[in-house]
Amino acid sequence: MNVGILSLIVLGLAALGYVLARRRALAVVQGDARLLHSRTGYYGQLVFLLTAVPAFLVMAIWLFLQPILIEQRVAENIPGTAIPEGGDLTLVMSDVRRIAGGIDAMMADGSLGEAQLKDMHADQTDIRARLAGVGIALGAEVSPAVFEAAKSYRKMQKTGALAMTVVVLGLALGMMGLALSRISATLRARNLAESFVLSLLIGASLVAIATTAGIVLSLLFETWHFFQLYPARDFFFSLTWNPQFRGGSDLGFAPLIWGTLYVSLVALIVAVPIGLMIAIYLAEYAGKRVRSLAKPAIEVLAGIPTIVYGLFALITVGPFIRDWIAQPTGLGDSSSSVLTAGLVMGIMLIPFVSSLSDDIINAVPQALRDGSYGLGATQSETIKQVILPAALPGVVGAILLAASRAIGETMIVVMGAGAAAKMSLNPLEAMTTVTVKIVSQLTGDTEFASPETLVAFALGLTLFVFTLGLNVLALYIVRKYREQYE
Amino acid sequence: MFDTPKREAAVTKTDIKMSARNCQVFYGDNQAIKDVDVDIDDKTVTAFIGPSGCGKSTFLRCLNRMNDTIPICRVEGTITLDGEDIYDPKVDPVQLRAKVGMVFQKPNPFPKSIYDNIAYGPRIHGLARSRAELDDIVEKSLRRGALWDEVKDRLHEPGTGLSGGQQQRLCIARAVATEPEVLLMDEPCSALDPIATAQVEELIDELKQNFSVVIVTHSMQQAARVSQKTAFFHLGNLVEYGETGQIFTNPRDPRTESYITGRIG
Amino acid sequence: MTDIARNGSSAPAPARRNRSLLEVDDRTRRRNAAEARFKLMGSIAVIIGLLALVGLLTSILLNGMSSFRQTYVSLEVYLDPAKLDKDGSGNLEKIAKVTTFGYKPLIQKAMVATVAANGVDDQGLKAKKIADMISPEAPATIRDYVLANPDKIGETVRFDLLAGGRIDGYYKGRVTMETAALDRNVSPEQLRIADALRDAGVLDTRFNWAFFTAPDASDTRPEAAGLGVAILGSAYMMLVVLVLALPLGVAASIYLEEFAPQNWFTDLIEVNISNLAAVPSIVFGILGLAVFINYAGLPQSAPIVGGLVLTLMTLPTIIIATRAALKAVPPSIREAALGVGASKMQTVFHHVLPLAMPGILTGAIIGLAQALGETAPLLLIGMVAFVREYPAAPPEGLFDPASALPVQIYNWTTRGDPAFVERASGAIIVLLVFLLIMNILAIILRRRFERRW
Repeated sequence: MNVGILSLIVLGLAALGYVLARRRALAVVQGDARLLHSRTGYYGQLVFLLTAVPAFLVMAIWLFLQPILIEQRVAENIPGTAIPEGGDLTLVMSDVRRIAGGIDAMMADGSLGEAQLKDMHADQTDIRARLAGVGIALGAEVSPAVFEAAKSYRKMQKTGALAMTVVVLGLALGMMGLALSRISATLRARNLAESFVLSLLIGASLVAIATTAGIVLSLLFETWHFFQLYPARDFFFSLTWNPQFRGGSDLGFAPLIWGTLYVSLVALIVAVPIGLMIAIYLAEYAGKRVRSLAKPAIEVLAGIPTIVYGLFALITVGPFIRDWIAQPTGLGDSSSSVLTAGLVMGIMLIPFVSSLSDDIINAVPQALRDGSYGLGATQSETIKQVILPAALPGVVGAILLAASRAIGETMIVVMGAGAAAKMSLNPLEAMTTVTVKIVSQLTGDTEFASPETLVAFALGLTLFVFTLGLNVLALYIVRKYREQYE
Repeated sequence: MFDTPKREAAVTKTDIKMSARNCQVFYGDNQAIKDVDVDIDDKTVTAFIGPSGCGKSTFLRCLNRMNDTIPICRVEGTITLDGEDIYDPKVDPVQLRAKVGMVFQKPNPFPKSIYDNIAYGPRIHGLARSRAELDDIVEKSLRRGALWDEVKDRLHEPGTGLSGGQQQRLCIARAVATEPEVLLMDEPCSALDPIATAQVEELIDELKQNFSVVIVTHSMQQAARVSQKTAFFHLGNLVEYGETGQIFTNPRDPRTESYITGRIG
Repeated sequence: MTDIARNGSSAPAPARRNRSLLEVDDRTRRRNAAEARFKLMGSIAVIIGLLALVGLLTSILLNGMSSFRQTYVSLEVYLDPAKLDKDGSGNLEKIAKVTTFGYKPLIQKAMVATVAANGVDDQGLKAKKIADMISPEAPATIRDYVLANPDKIGETVRFDLLAGGRIDGYYKGRVTMETAALDRNVSPEQLRIADALRDAGVLDTRFNWAFFTAPDASDTRPEAAGLGVAILGSAYMMLVVLVLALPLGVAASIYLEEFAPQNWFTDLIEVNISNLAAVPSIVFGILGLAVFINYAGLPQSAPIVGGLVLTLMTLPTIIIATRAALKAVPPSIREAALGVGASKMQTVFHHVLPLAMPGILTGAIIGLAQALGETAPLLLIGMVAFVREYPAAPPEGLFDPASALPVQIYNWTTRGDPAFVERASGAIIVLLVFLLIMNILAIILRRRFERRW
């Protein structure tokens, strides 16, 4: 039974429990609801929650643990001889999974029955061809041991799924029965239901923590895996990035970091002065009308998806820079370049810098402005010598946040910066960034066995640490700044 | 409308520094000040008193065109400084404010060092031609602000680190540093404790030797202590204007009397 | 009173006291000039910002508007039984054995006949070259029709067939006689025939409904590529995000805003959420790949995985918006409810939550809009694959391979034929229209239910 239907059944049971509980509650007081501790709905709610929540919880844990346990058992049963030379267990296990999937597909289209499968052995039948028939392409002939492993893998999965169905349904029914039997006039149903809901609310707020934990753990785990296959020293200190399909790759992250920082720098050089001046103009000079039109218009830029900026870089800005700047000066001839990506990313960051700075400038107390005007300062003197110094920490925080955005930005650099890992000072040359390489090393690949794929996780971790550091710093600075005027 | 033109003759003994005629102030459609005529004497402390919302602060802010920074505010009538209309289109409010300085209700030192706070005005107006001159101006202003002895050893520490009373004297010193001719003070002591208030009042008394000081205050005692002339505002009207002693001992208008005896306001 | 004589033409600073207010001195003039320059710089910055917006949108509109129009050729095609149903049995399985390749001669014959019937000079082109003016997608169109209506075999049916990509490009200004002379895929003769057919009313350019409904097409047939699968895939993902992120986000916000005690654990959750909001989106893609696909074994390219990844990504946005909305409900409401004996939970669910609802929904819509435009994480979970089949109806369809709007756009930009750039820009217009609708909805919600306490 699949998970969706099982969930629906559990929900149905819970709904049934709700109805039964209300009836029962009324029945125990002979229909006089005033004698109950809580309103009848709360008895229903309590039974509903007790039926559904533990069942779903067990189901989630089961779904989480089953793959680990089964894989372990199957892996134990694969003899060392079945692992081809130079290969490793993870590759074999992925074959096992795919064969198992293929058998399911054959079952589904009727070309194979359970009974037939039992007698089927890899050395007798042409498994590879039959699997290819259902769209599963294997690299080599299937060895008997692997095929047996696939069969047992499939069997364990089926057993596991059946056991889960039984356990989950049993739990739901059991909890429902238990809860219904406890209903009495004095049962504090509302308090119980409310503390139950409260724990659900707490659970929901833990999702954020689980997400962070998931990110950190998966990055750490696969990065550790990567450093088993590739020396960490080379990753950190090699100056070349040159992945090869056949091994012997150079995977130094320096050129990628260089490209990332260079593009981000160009973007900030564009975004910070323009964004800051926009914020100043809108906060200090613009009339109500101009402000009410220009501010949302600039903020529209922030709502535009990055893919749109990417296309803008690809079809408009890139060719323009190539034809009017790079080729006439002879400094480059590709339409993707650091300048292209930086410029477009700068445009993307303008609203980011401007709206954050706008908030910060508005938080500077009017008394400081009055003090300066009262001394006969002009508006620009007041801004440059009083307001900006007062707002400086906040503005620095805003710039750091923008920098973290720039470093983590993907689509604009994928479409605008190019793919060549280079360390050059020429902004008209194509260079590449950490995010571009994460995409290119990982797209469509789920077998994490080679250092060329796994390096993406090490890059991801680098990116995560960088942006996290910048954010924490920025939030700290901004918070300190806010406190100063509160 | 209630003031009599004859009163003017009685008080015009010294030079008139600033004067207002038929001054009206509007915030959007609301009239905040109605037909105010007033003359402010040179080297004198003039106090504006009146209940909250009577327009005394609004009028004060007209005297150095601080109201220009509020977009919906409109001023009519004439206000002159040394006989020149300060609302003349040719007048640059920046130049005007260098001559008519202002100190605010809450101390508002800039988030800079004490030195830079004082030097701010002289720098933007180009009053010092050398570092030494600037140092002199800073010292002189701090001395005038009665703050020099307290801060001379920590001129480069932030002005925001001073106590409230010190901050307000810093703001006064900062206003004095640009050598204004008139100093406007908008309830300068309302955020200060009694000791700091006494220090500031003493300072105001000294300042009148060089400047014409206009002070808005809530406290009638303060007006009586520091000012030579007093104007009483009520609901946007200038009700009565005259020698401080006369206003407090022998008010001509019944509303003034009600106010100083505590029946309104 | 203005003519009071003062002598102060170029007096040094101490003499400033005697200067008239009515004369502006040099220094003030310089300072005012600096003021004007600074203000000018500010307005230039605003203008640059607005120009960037306008430039961005015009560039996309100019490149993309033409994708909403498509050139079609109207042909009378004789569905020859000798080719489609050789034994005349009408047996559907046998008819299905005829591949699209078998339909090509029919189109070629119809095309040549149409050219001749309209008295158009064939420019000395061979029949095959004339037939090449029709999109390679056309045989599939006719085959689908025949399989749906096998009784029509032997009749002559009028079809509106897609013109080839280059012919279409000619009417959109992408292909000219000069470029055609250098192009292997099209010749000036073909273009002249096309012009003549257009004059004869056989060929015309009309609104391109297929762009919204058709699935993606292979590299050689940009004219047939549509957004159908991508729109459906995006809709499925938004469904997942809405179903998961909204309840989770609201529940988490209620806990944090109304119930959470002030302690290190609450602080941890809060710091966590604000940091998650700033984690680069691609990192969420890595998470999805490692956890949902590789570990949990969910299928690649499936909307469910995309939806889960986008849910985690949107959650902080929704939580932050919801908390702001809850905070805006004044404490007096809570006190009033508590005062009549409601429990804390009842207070929140009966009073605070309904009042905060418009703000919560606004935040949810903005979060959804953000998720709709997100591309990078979807690339990693395999949504960039070439998918031609529509996913089934949910819930099973959530596990079928699908594309997504932004990823389809990216996919098209990586292809060689310039006609795909037009398609990509057109798809962006579609995406932006969706976003616009969502944002307008959010604004209306906010305007309509905005409360001033």
